[in-house]
Amino acid sequence: MNLHHHDGSCGHSCCLRVENLSVTLGADTILSHINLHVHCGQMVALIGPNGAGKSTFLKAVLGQREYSGVIAFSEAGQRSKKPRIGYVPQSPAFDPSDPVSVSDLFACCMSKRPAFLGLGSAMRRTVLDCLERVHGQDLIDKRVGTLSGGELQRVLLALALEPLPNILILDEPLSGVDVEGMETLMDMLDEIRREYDLSILMTTHDFSLLPRYADQVVLIDRTVRRQGKPAEVLDSPEFHQVFHMRGGSV
Amino acid sequence: MSLWYALCDLLPVEMLHWDFMKNAFLALLLMAPLFGLLSTMVVTGKMSFFSDALGHSAFTGIAIGAIFGLAAPTWAAVGFSVAFALLFCYVKSRSNQAAETLIGVFSSSAVALGIFVATLGGGSFTKYNTYLIGDILSVTPEEIGLLVLVLAGVLVFWILCANRLTLTAIHPQLASSRGIPVGLSQTLFLVAIAVVVTLCISSVGLLILNSLLVLPGAAARNVARNLKQYHGFSVLFALLAGIGGLVASYYTECSAGAAISLLLALVFAVTFCLRKRRL
Repeated sequence: MNLHHHDGSCGHSCCLRVENLSVTLGADTILSHINLHVHCGQMVALIGPNGAGKSTFLKAVLGQREYSGVIAFSEAGQRSKKPRIGYVPQSPAFDPSDPVSVSDLFACCMSKRPAFLGLGSAMRRTVLDCLERVHGQDLIDKRVGTLSGGELQRVLLALALEPLPNILILDEPLSGVDVEGMETLMDMLDEIRREYDLSILMTTHDFSLLPRYADQVVLIDRTVRRQGKPAEVLDSPEFHQVFHMRGGSV
Repeated sequence: MSLWYALCDLLPVEMLHWDFMKNAFLALLLMAPLFGLLSTMVVTGKMSFFSDALGHSAFTGIAIGAIFGLAAPTWAAVGFSVAFALLFCYVKSRSNQAAETLIGVFSSSAVALGIFVATLGGGSFTKYNTYLIGDILSVTPEEIGLLVLVLAGVLVFWILCANRLTLTAIHPQLASSRGIPVGLSQTLFLVAIAVVVTLCISSVGLLILNSLLVLPGAAARNVARNLKQYHGFSVLFALLAGIGGLVASYYTECSAGAAISLLLALVFAVTFCLRKRRL
């Protein structure tokens, strides 16, 4: 919709602005009047019960879902532009029988040369460089269907970081990952956002690590019920209301 | 063709003294890599059942073309198959039913329509049997020319689109987030399969077509660890079974299509056992 009324005037050098975002499916309203700012270098966690519209929100930002309202991105001194988004989809999603190696997956995403002809040595070096960002060089020849939850998340993360995005979006990155793997992954995300100054937007059902890592937590239940610092949201009456009501009724 | 015949005559192989065997041999050398390639994507994209349904729709198209006295029923069949594939993609994108359910709906409707049209007014169904069982031994040099064109077309399509098609097949959300038009890629692939299946069906028959579209890829998956091996094994298995089946049919006087399909099944069984041992 119309971008001209707002011009990235939120005082930060770069910012993803979501204003008055609504998504409907037929007569159902899935999301209504969502307002959210994500600044660069920030890690923002979206939380909410199942069916609250978290994934729909991510899809709208990714441009995979029609919406009304404004989703805009601006960088210091520049007009609003389309941000480059790196996306880590929800896992598990690969067929364990697919004969696709990690290097094949990268080649399919990044190279024009058909992956079935094999990777050239230059491409293989590029893939190793990408995997190095997530300390996963040893995974290059493994089949994607045989990776553990944590390994798969790291591979998908490495893929989302090439080319380097403005915003990194992760859908439930912690599901299917063991406790130790979770901390490794969150440490890695923390390192990445500092090193590359990019914004991270993620959905999660695991709240234990949020106070340590997230800058902002947004509680969504069809609309934003509460947003702010992790402790503030996790202690709020809205948080208890949303989760206890749903928890008791199911 | 005369060059190929001369080449065959140089080989000290008895069965290649016959022109129809020379034709069938060349047709298989062209078809095996073609279907070996397509098979990898059919299996990865979980479209085995769809390619089977397409074969039936092609037969219906031929029946319709023949009834209306069209000069070239094959082209009527291509038109019908492409329409079938496009309609299927449209309904699939608008429906929340499983793909296999919709394939069942389309497949039985197409077959019923074909039989209805073919038997209308007391017509006989038997003359269409050649399309269902088919015979690679009766392939003509003109049909081989067509196979060359189809193979060239598929190779170009493959080199341009394989990466996108693979990504779409293994992870549609990831593909879409990287700017690949997922719906368009899937439709394009199904239309390509529709055209290939229909153009090849009248010369080689439905049985061999469906087994070549599914079994090489399925067998290759048992042993391949990456895409290069997957494609390599699939083409190799298709070639081995194709040539082996032709030789077997010459010496045992059985249907070449059946021999090729059975050999492919054997390859699947062997690779299946190897896979178990490796794990």
